Amino acid sequence: MNNTKNSFLGRLDWITVAIWLILCLIGWFNIYAAAYNPQHPEIFSLATNYGKQGLFIFTALIIGFSILIIDQRFFISITPIVYAVVILLLIAVLFIGKNIKGNQSWIDLGFFRLQPSEFGKLGTCLLLSYYLGTQSNKAPNVKSLLVAAAIVLLPTALVRLQPDTGSAMVFFSLIFVFYREGYVNTKLLLLGGLAIILFVAALILENEWILVAIIVGLCSLLAYFYRSKRKNIINIALLCVASSIYVLSVDFAWENILEQHQRNRIDILLDKVHDPLGEGYNLNQSQIAIGSGQLFGKGYLQGTQTKYNFVPEQSTDFIFCTIGEEWGFVGSVTIVAIYVFLLFRIIHLAERQRTAFARIYAYCVASILFFHFFINLGMTIGLVPIIGIPLPFLSYGGSSLWSFTILLFILLKFDSARKGLSPA
Amino acid sequence: MNNNFFERKYIIQGIFLAIALIIVARLFYLQIIDDSYLLSANNNVLRKSVVYPARGIILDRNGKVLVQNEPVYDLLVIPREVKDIDTLLLCRLLEIDKDGFISRMNKARAFSPFRASTFEGMMNAETFAVLQEHLDKFRGFQTQPRTVRQYPDSTAAQFLGYIQEVNQKDIERSNGFYKSGDYIGASGVERSYEELLRGQRGIRNQMVDKLGRAQGSFREGKFDTLAVSGDGLISSLDKDLQLLAEKLMKNKLGSVVAIEPSTGEILTYVSSPSYNPNMMVGRQRGNNYMKLLYDPHKPMFNRPIQASYPPGSVFKVVAALTALQAGVITPQTIFNCPGGYRYGNGRIMRCTHVDGPTDLIKSIQRSCNTYYGYVYARMIDSRGMSGPKAYELWREGLNQFGLGHPLGIDLPGEKGGNVYPASYYTKRFGSEKWGSSYSISQSIGQGELGITPLQMANIMAIVANRGFYYRPHLIKGIGEKKIVKEEFTEKIWAGVDEQHYESVIEGMSRAVNAGGTGASVRINGIEMCGKTGTVQNHGENHAVFFAFAPRVNPKIAIAVFVENAGYGGTWAGPIASMLVEKHIRDTITLPKYLQDRILNANLLPKVKTKTNEVKKDTPALKKDSLKTTKQVAQNKQAPALFVHHSQVTGRNEQY
Repeated sequence: MNNTKNSFLGRLDWITVAIWLILCLIGWFNIYAAAYNPQHPEIFSLATNYGKQGLFIFTALIIGFSILIIDQRFFISITPIVYAVVILLLIAVLFIGKNIKGNQSWIDLGFFRLQPSEFGKLGTCLLLSYYLGTQSNKAPNVKSLLVAAAIVLLPTALVRLQPDTGSAMVFFSLIFVFYREGYVNTKLLLLGGLAIILFVAALILENEWILVAIIVGLCSLLAYFYRSKRKNIINIALLCVASSIYVLSVDFAWENILEQHQRNRIDILLDKVHDPLGEGYNLNQSQIAIGSGQLFGKGYLQGTQTKYNFVPEQSTDFIFCTIGEEWGFVGSVTIVAIYVFLLFRIIHLAERQRTAFARIYAYCVASILFFHFFINLGMTIGLVPIIGIPLPFLSYGGSSLWSFTILLFILLKFDSARKGLSPA
Repeated sequence: MNNNFFERKYIIQGIFLAIALIIVARLFYLQIIDDSYLLSANNNVLRKSVVYPARGIILDRNGKVLVQNEPVYDLLVIPREVKDIDTLLLCRLLEIDKDGFISRMNKARAFSPFRASTFEGMMNAETFAVLQEHLDKFRGFQTQPRTVRQYPDSTAAQFLGYIQEVNQKDIERSNGFYKSGDYIGASGVERSYEELLRGQRGIRNQMVDKLGRAQGSFREGKFDTLAVSGDGLISSLDKDLQLLAEKLMKNKLGSVVAIEPSTGEILTYVSSPSYNPNMMVGRQRGNNYMKLLYDPHKPMFNRPIQASYPPGSVFKVVAALTALQAGVITPQTIFNCPGGYRYGNGRIMRCTHVDGPTDLIKSIQRSCNTYYGYVYARMIDSRGMSGPKAYELWREGLNQFGLGHPLGIDLPGEKGGNVYPASYYTKRFGSEKWGSSYSISQSIGQGELGITPLQMANIMAIVANRGFYYRPHLIKGIGEKKIVKEEFTEKIWAGVDEQHYESVIEGMSRAVNAGGTGASVRINGIEMCGKTGTVQNHGENHAVFFAFAPRVNPKIAIAVFVENAGYGGTWAGPIASMLVEKHIRDTITLPKYLQDRILNANLLPKVKTKTNEVKKDTPALKKDSLKTTKQVAQNKQAPALFVHHSQVTGRNEQY
């Protein structure tokens, strides 16, 4: 094992490291553009966000390097401790946390504001991988499913209490891990997708009965094609009834489960409410920024939307606006392509791991990155409601950059050391 | 190791890819297909502001300033952006009350909630300075400099005209060139030369941040356009002469028009009562405008081109010249003056004298009504054609002489005066069998005839030129190249051959310089040729004097018309005389006491205190000075036509 220490750099997946670095740098330059201030043009000024982000990236580099030189078994061994600490922090933040914009998500350490939910993801991923890894030689069963679900739901619930719904929703992305490990089957995944579609459809159509009629019509058609087997027809009939009841209950969920600001955001997204100067301001300005970029963008530092502060939170959650405005469609698609490439690379790494722990962990990382990528971009371009979660590696912020870096580099460590790691 | 679900990686990858494609599709729509976002971004950040050009300035013929520009500041508001402002402070700074604030806001909102419109116009530099200091407290407000007109000597108001904010009609007429809050020339030269004076507006594209704070120019001003100042105008006016004429016409109703005969340039243009043109500028403009509009003496009425009067005896000059041209008389033609001209049914048109045999020169000199009764009779009755036909020939002669139609001066609203067609009399008479006696009062410039003071001055210019005129005009040079409008360089023949003028001029010269006409009109050393007239009016008569000088190589042709002043040469003559001398010699030799008498005279109607001896017998004054010739004509339907004395009369005889 000791010989790996000298040559771990050789087996490191440099492709992923390069993508990581590229994303960090793109983020840095665009934060510079978003917060560009002609009075402080120097990118290293610590008085500015971009100066701080430079420092964060540098620190992230040190953290990443440190992870790579630590023995991978250390991470496995401290997994329960990490999880426990994170849970404690998540509980602590509810009492001693600093309340910013209605969310009690930060612990103020004076020089730095720690966001425990960012590290909650790390702890949860590690413990989930650890647990499912120990169960991987058995067929998926209800007991291990429940334990795994509990591991995920505990931090989810705590984050939801802050109340940081966006970050809490991130945990649901781990459904892909459950799916990959056989705890959720394909049908269930499809039903989940169907549920989302029906939910949106029910919100768009004022009268749910129309939707019910459509469902019954579609199911009848389906039943007609699969009429040869009685079992199919029964399943379709069940689906039809369940869908209808679900659709009719959307209103109830809408009124009783979602909060007012969440309802507003969805209404804005579905264009049911037109309020470009109030509730719809963020989305409207964000779409204006991206849309006005057109094919090639306005040029670096030339974005008027971002430069003159029309887009709120433009260096954090709305950093993609700056990219869209200044680099246009070409730049935006490049970002999308880099992420997709990164996600595919992580899946590739996952599938070449020798241990179930490492594989499951890799899927955790992919799921979480994917969810952030989808929701963040989706909200800036009006595909999903505005949920305040950062774009990994690009958005301004130390907690988020470090936690994603740790998440990714632990995976890289497992990968580079996979030959020395015996199947657990 | 249990890895039974290996193939599920493809489904996961598929989902990732599908989502990525949805995002790309959405980006494609936002960034490539839908152009509206670029527009919205520009709307967000761009604030177009109009850069107003300096309006062209107007100089007099010697380069003295008649109109210039003065900087003022407008306060603009974008109602939608007004937020959390200190209303009380704003009201205090602008010296308005809460209702004033609300009504201004409503007006701005009605124009557009999103675009800037004038909240308070034309603040002076002091108000602006204080306001500018507090402007950060008034979100949604901005200031904009512009210039207003300023008249250094407050002179030539009706000539220069004024500018005012455009109204809805102006905006529609201009096809959107003007926008609410813009200024447009509304009268005088300001209006007739609007297209030249206004210049070209510039557009400045400024970028603003989310809070509407200016952030510098857009793309280094690549899309900005510069304002181009309006063309300067050089007027034909002589400012010193103008000021003198205005001073002399103070407290009198009437007009003074002086023309340089060799060019048609107007040297003096007085419409009295005048007003201070600076009253039409600034924040008190509205009040002042209403005051002027309701002034019983009608200062807004542009008398030299809009008032039409029977010219009185000065018309005899035209009558003599057209008769000579028609060949119905010669300079040697003699008529006997028994003290009046008898025409049909024992009616008589009286003279103030009994001169016996009178030739043409004497008829002008003595202003003999009888002589012109005969002349008119020959013109209408003895030309071997029906009365109406002969009358039309007579009328045509007048038209050629610049009467009965606008002369085409470069001012808006010029009237043509009245020379009625034959059909008018035929209709009134009932058949075509009428002759000279039916409209005999026109023979001496009374009755239905209507002539503007400008036309009177132009008659003198024709006589001075011996037969032609240039269209009278006020602007002799446009822009840096001092271009003259082509229509003002055209020599127009007045229809009477040159050889006919000398005897008439001789008569006019004698009227002024011989025959005991008094020192007040004659100018020592300058041979001025002139003619007085007294226009019968059912109130106090109007005094007219027109003249040109010197006789050889004339420099000035002038007409002075003083309403309700009484006898001819008493008032109008000395005014003309002083102006002529001032123009030619730059001094006035008229005795000081005579000057003062004119300066101090108050001949305004409706004035209770009788200010001078001339008016001692004046019956109750009537405010009928502006009646049209038609009304005057109707008042003269009485069978016996008494024409007042109308010759150059020595002032001493009046007392």
